[in-house]
Amino acid sequence: MSSREKILGAISINKPELIELPVIDIKSTSVLAADWVEQFTKTLESIGGKVIQLSSIDVIKEEIQQAKIGGEYIVNTLPILGEVNNEINSTMEASLLETVDRAYIEGSMGVAENGSVWLYEHQIKNRLLPFICQHLVICLNVNKIVPNLHEAYKQIDVAKEGYGVFLAGPSKTADIEQSLVIGAHGARSLLVYLISE
Amino acid sequence: MNPKNFNRLFFVPIQGASLSHSAAAEIFNKDESRTDWHDETLWFVREKRDKAVRQIAEWEQLRSLGSTIKDHTLSNLDNYLAEFEKNAQANGIKVHWAIDAEEHNEIILKIIRDQKVEQVVKSKSMLTEECHLNDYLAKRGVEVVDTDLGERIVQFRNEPPSHIVLPAIHLKKQDVSETFHEHLGTEKGNNDPQYLTEAARQHLRTKFIHSQLAITGVNFAIASTGGFVVCTNEGNADMGAHAAKIHIACMGIEKIIPNAEHLGVFLRLLARSATGQPITTYSSHFHQPRVGQQMHIIIVDNGRTKQLGRPDFRSSLKCIRCAACFNTCPVYRRSGGHSYHTAVAGPIGSILNPNLDMKANADLPFASTLCGSCSNVCPVKIDIHVQLYKWRQELVSEGYTATGKKVAMKGMAFVLSHPSIYRVAGKMGRWMMRVFPFIINNKSLNPWYKQREMPEAPKQSFRDWYKKNKQ
Amino acid sequence: MKVGLFIPCYIDQFYPKVAVATLELLEKLGCEVVFPLNQTCCGQPMANSGFASLSEGCDKNFVANFGEVDHIVSPSGSCVLHVKEHLHDQDEIKAAYIRKHIYELTEFIVDVLKVENITASFPHKVGMHISCHGQRGLNLSSMSELSAPSFSKPAYLLNMVKGLQLSEPKRVDECCGFGGTFCVFEEAVSVKMGKDRITEHAVNEVEYITGGDVSCLMHLEGILKRQGSKVKTIHIAEILNSD
Repeated sequence: MSSREKILGAISINKPELIELPVIDIKSTSVLAADWVEQFTKTLESIGGKVIQLSSIDVIKEEIQQAKIGGEYIVNTLPILGEVNNEINSTMEASLLETVDRAYIEGSMGVAENGSVWLYEHQIKNRLLPFICQHLVICLNVNKIVPNLHEAYKQIDVAKEGYGVFLAGPSKTADIEQSLVIGAHGARSLLVYLISE
Repeated sequence: MNPKNFNRLFFVPIQGASLSHSAAAEIFNKDESRTDWHDETLWFVREKRDKAVRQIAEWEQLRSLGSTIKDHTLSNLDNYLAEFEKNAQANGIKVHWAIDAEEHNEIILKIIRDQKVEQVVKSKSMLTEECHLNDYLAKRGVEVVDTDLGERIVQFRNEPPSHIVLPAIHLKKQDVSETFHEHLGTEKGNNDPQYLTEAARQHLRTKFIHSQLAITGVNFAIASTGGFVVCTNEGNADMGAHAAKIHIACMGIEKIIPNAEHLGVFLRLLARSATGQPITTYSSHFHQPRVGQQMHIIIVDNGRTKQLGRPDFRSSLKCIRCAACFNTCPVYRRSGGHSYHTAVAGPIGSILNPNLDMKANADLPFASTLCGSCSNVCPVKIDIHVQLYKWRQELVSEGYTATGKKVAMKGMAFVLSHPSIYRVAGKMGRWMMRVFPFIINNKSLNPWYKQREMPEAPKQSFRDWYKKNKQ
Repeated sequence: MKVGLFIPCYIDQFYPKVAVATLELLEKLGCEVVFPLNQTCCGQPMANSGFASLSEGCDKNFVANFGEVDHIVSPSGSCVLHVKEHLHDQDEIKAAYIRKHIYELTEFIVDVLKVENITASFPHKVGMHISCHGQRGLNLSSMSELSAPSFSKPAYLLNMVKGLQLSEPKRVDECCGFGGTFCVFEEAVSVKMGKDRITEHAVNEVEYITGGDVSCLMHLEGILKRQGSKVKTIHIAEILNSD
């Protein structure tokens, strides 16, 4: 008998009688979208992220230009922000990605209660990019903020692409004496632009 | 009676090299200021949890949901595992099944050898700790680099993690500084956590970039979609998994949840319970290998189906490994994770480990005052302290009890079952004094008297007073 | 109302004054109190050590002593909880009645007698020690781990006592480390836990530490005395019964 059969057989003998699956019936405490934006901002900033609301993307375009002039390796993945870095693809080697200073990525959705942003694989171009870049910038439509995770899971399809992530702030650790240090292995900073254009 | 005899009479010796919890805890407590520091550091985490929890009006409702979803899943586990396997395979993931730790380790070794892998990185997985994977592979010439900062620290020191979320919580920054000076060449005496973390970042980046195989744990596996979720704050699971050509994810059979919507409940509970964060920095959802990558999942039993068959203890399989019970446990905070001599320490470890080896872990259910705080913080409402009580009964009935304790208990039960004998015994110089705490009033032999005065024996019992004054 | 007074074995033997105070207090509050003379112990010391199988004799004796009263009241949350959760007997109808009608003292005064005034006076600084079994087991007060409204039955009563200044330690409901046989088998941790409770009460400059379980207080008293501290322990019944 294979291990698979042994395990499944043992479970069918040892499991208790079927218990009903409960319905998740949690309502958001606020119905106002403006509250969600405020909560998203407050929460993300409390966990080390930065949030800036913009009514025009020109600011970001200018920022990218300046950084490029300054010699930084900037990766832009959003056509609306100008030239896109086509060298970034799903099979690019880690040793090349490691040199990225700052990456601009589009987010799908923000979650007010925990300050996280959902990123689909197609938005990050390469799974490693949002982790291996030194600094991460996410551009998110301000209307794409939902109150909580329950609502978020109603709206995203986790299995639509091979990979997706809720990302909440810069990489961090408190493994040394519970002292919070930002910038463990992933990006050292996270900036979210909430765009209302 | 000398103390050695006392120990022999009242404690069952632990098999193997490890000390019993109480013996290890006594050593831990010799450095009182360090014990205070350990206690306060973990209490700080408990306070962060409290603060986060109080911001969620529906917290208790979430706990109930989390608990019932897990109850349901366990009651249909075989079907969910089969569904998960089918969907994962359709997603292009290779699924393996391991009946025990050995088979789990063998599967990984075979993949390593077949693919001629030399560089392996691993993010935190308590299952691989439980299976002693690193030791197994090291003995066969494969070095695994742990990439969680805390785990890397203890790996350098050749120690096991002392906490499932904060592996190096027993160490001070000075200890980490010395270890990093020795292994990474950091400045001697520089204890700045920022500096030390930066050194680890640089060191581990090269490991990530050159690794061929990444091992991760699994926080949740979704039956209906055949995908799985891995949560970290550092980003080390993603750095490893996305850089390497092969990704192996290891999961116990109990990690299954029915649908993605259930993640909404568990991800809300997990990080708040663990560290007081609203969510971990990265909650990564893996459904397919990336182009050119191999993805494996190993589904491991290792005693879990046996635990499922114990009605009193099966709900321990609901655990989502947040470690809130560690942080709140007054005994854990004052004895340290290593006193539990198992991969998963703390209250939850004390109800999981006797199932794996009753004899070796017979001391653990007694390393508790049964205060019940663990059950109250548990995000999936496992009645941990009730199970600690029940394990005590189980261990005694299975014969894992020291002779002296058995004799004392029998004597006590006899006297307390017979009111007339109890009265005479009481009169004979307060019989209780001798059976509770079992032996005489002597500082070196009597554990009560070592650091506490005995209560003063009054002239008459209440019963005597009552007869004299009220009848 | 006929109340059967259940006095745990170690109170009977070592702290008869707590039993006397409990008896007098209940009589003051208008109860008819009987003390069944053949009672011994609830069986908890054996059960918590894993020997619940040996507690049959205690159970039988308990039912024989308390099978005929309306309510059973005891100055120990821990022993009451044990009876509530574990008492069984051949006469299961009586055992079930007892499990349902046994009360810890403050719970009985607040929930059954619904007392709104206590005419006691105790002009001292008192620190409240919350015993785990009474709190988390019998729900005598709210628990710091839960997201729920705050309340405390013992504190409600203590706040009626004239002159009494009540304080809480910083960690309001951390265990003192007694834990039954834990206090000897895990001596180092047990004592450390007790010392830490005492340190937090000392910060509040209390004269007394009070609580609803003599076992916890006995443990704390043992440490206080060894330290040569001036702080004393006192059972809540003694305070509520003081003139």
